[in-house]
Amino acid sequence: MSGPADAIGGDGHGVSLGIGEDDPHGDVIVDRLTLEDEIVRRGGDASDDVAEYALWLGDDALVLAHQLGWWISRAPELEEDIALGNIALDLLGHARSLLSYAGSASGRTEDDLAYWRGEREFRSSQLAEQPNGDYAHTIVRQLAAAVYMFDLYVRLQGSADETLSAVAAKAVKEVDYHRDHTVEWFRRLALGTDESRRRLEVALEHVWPYVGDLFRDEPLLDRLEGVAVRPSSLRPSFDAVIDALAAETGIAFPDADTAMGGGRRGQHSENLSLLLAEMQVLAREHPGASW
Amino acid sequence: MSAVLTDRQKVWDLAATVVDPEIPVLTIEDLGILRDVDVTETGVTVTITPTYSGCPAMDAIRDDLLAVLRPVGLGDVEVRMVLSPAWTTDWMSEDGKRKLNEYGIAPPSGRSHVPQGPIRLTLATRCPRCGSADTVEVSRFGSTSCKALYECRSCLEPFDYFKVI
Repeated sequence: MSGPADAIGGDGHGVSLGIGEDDPHGDVIVDRLTLEDEIVRRGGDASDDVAEYALWLGDDALVLAHQLGWWISRAPELEEDIALGNIALDLLGHARSLLSYAGSASGRTEDDLAYWRGEREFRSSQLAEQPNGDYAHTIVRQLAAAVYMFDLYVRLQGSADETLSAVAAKAVKEVDYHRDHTVEWFRRLALGTDESRRRLEVALEHVWPYVGDLFRDEPLLDRLEGVAVRPSSLRPSFDAVIDALAAETGIAFPDADTAMGGGRRGQHSENLSLLLAEMQVLAREHPGASW
Repeated sequence: MSAVLTDRQKVWDLAATVVDPEIPVLTIEDLGILRDVDVTETGVTVTITPTYSGCPAMDAIRDDLLAVLRPVGLGDVEVRMVLSPAWTTDWMSEDGKRKLNEYGIAPPSGRSHVPQGPIRLTLATRCPRCGSADTVEVSRFGSTSCKALYECRSCLEPFDYFKVI
């Protein structure tokens, strides 16, 4: 489009702010602007291995963001609607950066990866797909996720991959708040009433066995030395936080791992397929739609 | 193409007229998210950075930048978003903090810390209405990603606090 630019060229000092009278977006074609243009990938496109690792992190963030968004209008108090909505928004931001980067290895966009992959292609941990349950279930799941992610992003800042390092440096500041928030709620539920404590213990029994899926090493990690953070190496700092919470609240954390696991290899429970059906239906019903 | 504005400072000043759509008293320069302006033979590139990873205001800010810069004949206008170095509230100008306070949002108090250990240092947050330091945090998450919800115990008014990251 050339019209507006020529017409408003001006004399150099009476510069118009140039927003067209009838069209508030001027000559901006919004649907051409995608995240690929926005995030400057300093180190270039991802390799296949780095892309696979970016999916681990990005899919965890995406699945959790979708789950937490469900609580808006349903949380125990208005402030919690807002808090969980904000946490979900941060996670969605991480997911967008990570999926965009992962897609650079294969010429796919963040939307291609979010909406057009099947359950077996998702690399999220089995923890992330555990149902929201009651509020205690969500808090237990988010506590584990936030404590794990915080240490992960602290260390990923030192990655040799510049894009992963930049995403981590941004994310760690946000996850710091998520971790504080879930730790506070864990305390409230544990030390609140008999009923809140009972529900917390039920939630731990259901959710905690899936925590181990976050810390499983896969052969991929052997090829990403200095780039990725080895999951098993995050376990000690995670346990230190959990042990301190256990000592403070007198809550016994189950130490059983699920016999299943394997989210990083695309092995998921039916929870993920149900979640994806909801998340993906609009994009699949109306391919290429924008709004 | 007619290069009406070739001077980098002039382009910067024009880009700096764009305000945050959520906090219209702050320009993107006040916020410290306007990172760079690069003027070349064929056009300009403006670089911005998000305050929060998922901040939806970035799309509006980018559109506003294009709407401001495209009509003045600078050639190709590109808006790039970078994540590194990560934005912190330390990038906000003193003038921006003053305007924020006058607008009724308490500005970030204290400097950004490096997230490492379990200790978070919390400085007193002053009520933007009455100036009292006797305030209490109601929720660490507020109306937008960057704000927390506070209440003043002196004048009893609730207020937003632009939290430190």
